[in-house]
Amino acid sequence: MGLLHKKTLGEKVFDFCNYSLLILVTLICLYPMLYVLFSSISEPVQLMKFRGLLYKPLGFSLKGYEVLLYNPNIPIGYFNTIFYVVIGTALNLLVTMLGAYALSRSGYKLKKLFTIAIVFTMYFSGGMIPSFLLVRNIGLINTRWALIFPTLIGTWNMIVMRTVFAAVPKSLEESAKMDGANDFIVLFKIFVPVSKATIAVMLLFYAVGHWNSWFNAMIYLRDRQLWPLQLFMREIIIANTMIGNETGAVLGDAGEGFFYLEEVIKYATIIVSTVPILCIYPFIQKYFTKGVMLGSLKG
Amino acid sequence: MKGLKNPNKGYFAALAFDISKYKYIYLMLIPVLLYYIIFHYIPMGGAAVAFQNFKPAKGFFDSDWVGFKHFEDFLTGIYAPRVIINTVLLNFLNLIFGFPAPIILALMLNEVSHNSFKKFTQTISYMPHFISMVVVCGMVITFVKSDGMITQFLTFFGMEEVNLLSKKEYFRTIFVSTTIWKTLGWASIIYIATLSGIDPNLYEAATIDGAGRFKKIVHVTFPALVPIITIQLILRIGRMLTQGFEQVMLLYNPLIYDTADIISTYVYRRGLEDMDYSFASAVGIFNSVVNLTLLVSANWFSRKFIKESLW
Repeated sequence: MGLLHKKTLGEKVFDFCNYSLLILVTLICLYPMLYVLFSSISEPVQLMKFRGLLYKPLGFSLKGYEVLLYNPNIPIGYFNTIFYVVIGTALNLLVTMLGAYALSRSGYKLKKLFTIAIVFTMYFSGGMIPSFLLVRNIGLINTRWALIFPTLIGTWNMIVMRTVFAAVPKSLEESAKMDGANDFIVLFKIFVPVSKATIAVMLLFYAVGHWNSWFNAMIYLRDRQLWPLQLFMREIIIANTMIGNETGAVLGDAGEGFFYLEEVIKYATIIVSTVPILCIYPFIQKYFTKGVMLGSLKG
Repeated sequence: MKGLKNPNKGYFAALAFDISKYKYIYLMLIPVLLYYIIFHYIPMGGAAVAFQNFKPAKGFFDSDWVGFKHFEDFLTGIYAPRVIINTVLLNFLNLIFGFPAPIILALMLNEVSHNSFKKFTQTISYMPHFISMVVVCGMVITFVKSDGMITQFLTFFGMEEVNLLSKKEYFRTIFVSTTIWKTLGWASIIYIATLSGIDPNLYEAATIDGAGRFKKIVHVTFPALVPIITIQLILRIGRMLTQGFEQVMLLYNPLIYDTADIISTYVYRRGLEDMDYSFASAVGIFNSVVNLTLLVSANWFSRKFIKESLW
């Protein structure tokens, strides 16, 4: 803190405690993930017998990952998840931008009504059952669109983006309109380029949302060919029904005594499904603060 | 200019004129409004099935109307106290323990003078936010089995060697700890960013006035966070009864319904598993209305006494 001064004893004790606690917090955040990683590459039998905390892998074996190769659900899930993330996020962004732009303009009559009607949905909803019945009645059930249309707009995101758009200098819009540009051109040629950072944040939020979502898939999709990765993950690591499924059958005799692989398979599945998102993590980290601060803007 | 010729012949003529003048804006709003009408307002109307004996075969318009029967059945039934108490309690515990945690983390990090240490701690603490709820809950379920990592670790401290998720007395602790683990770092970002915006002159002035480090934390650092804390708190209270659904869905099992079953999971089971649509919708409406009331009261209270509010 600016001036050099000798730390008092109290301050030294404080610093010591502060750093120790922070190291502890870091360890608690990190360790479960390390544990999963170590377990996933451990010798399956040793792992099954082991009790307690791991500091390194027990032996070395890629058995868990090998078995996963035989599980057709993983590539199916990956393909579907990528579809939902890419198509879903693209549509999310497009419609969110249209709405945010329209709500950030002023002068037209129904603006206030629309704004109130939209904000109201953040605080009140018909609930899970009417939404389910609606999706069923309009025939979206058991189609990919059931994971895309019902979550087309994140209202909070749109309101935040509206606030950002409203702060774009008027002169930019006016000079473009003088040149005969209509609102679509103004939005995509001027507002989008100057709000790139905000849009990147929205992209991140929507994409992570699609990547993580499982509940809608669970209630809307009966066809396993359409399932996203998270739903297969739930089956493997939570419902625990992988044994005796396709994998067991594929392995045939090798599937004998398959149960001892159960644990490594779970851990390997977690790693396989989580690594991609953690790999892009360093690249998106710079947007975190921006993203969270955007959320605190008041509309 | 067309504007001069505004015909002013009643509301609809004026509206038609407005639409033609701002046609691109209205065009942009079409998909947006369609979305809100179809996926928000129709279900709000559809929630009227709560006042019916809805039979999918008969359809919405031909099903019998029964008034508040389902609401009465729910509120006088044996499960209402359980799910209401669990919902309120789990969220209340989350608020008491989960809400201050990121604020404390931010204050602690703010006192760290080694930048690389600070960065490292932050980076690691954000990570759990990016691990999906399915995976986080899957890890928890695996770790608290009788031979799981956490259970085994706790046996050093005298914990019995059982699946902790089969004992109803541990569910609340597991739920709150899981939430804190997943959200701690991410939730602290907003406070850290606010703290980095504090004018350094304030600290200098405090030093000149003879304030030590603790005094500065109490009189400079913490007060800078109060507005943002208030807003976060109102938002938190506004989501009180809708939070935690996915997490409970993934973690709970019939053995521990006594402490784990919440309103929304009850709605899910009665509605989508038992297909008792009307009854489940009634419970859902009850949940939405209580939730909205909480939010409005929190906002009113805050505007009146702390002069901060959402609207």
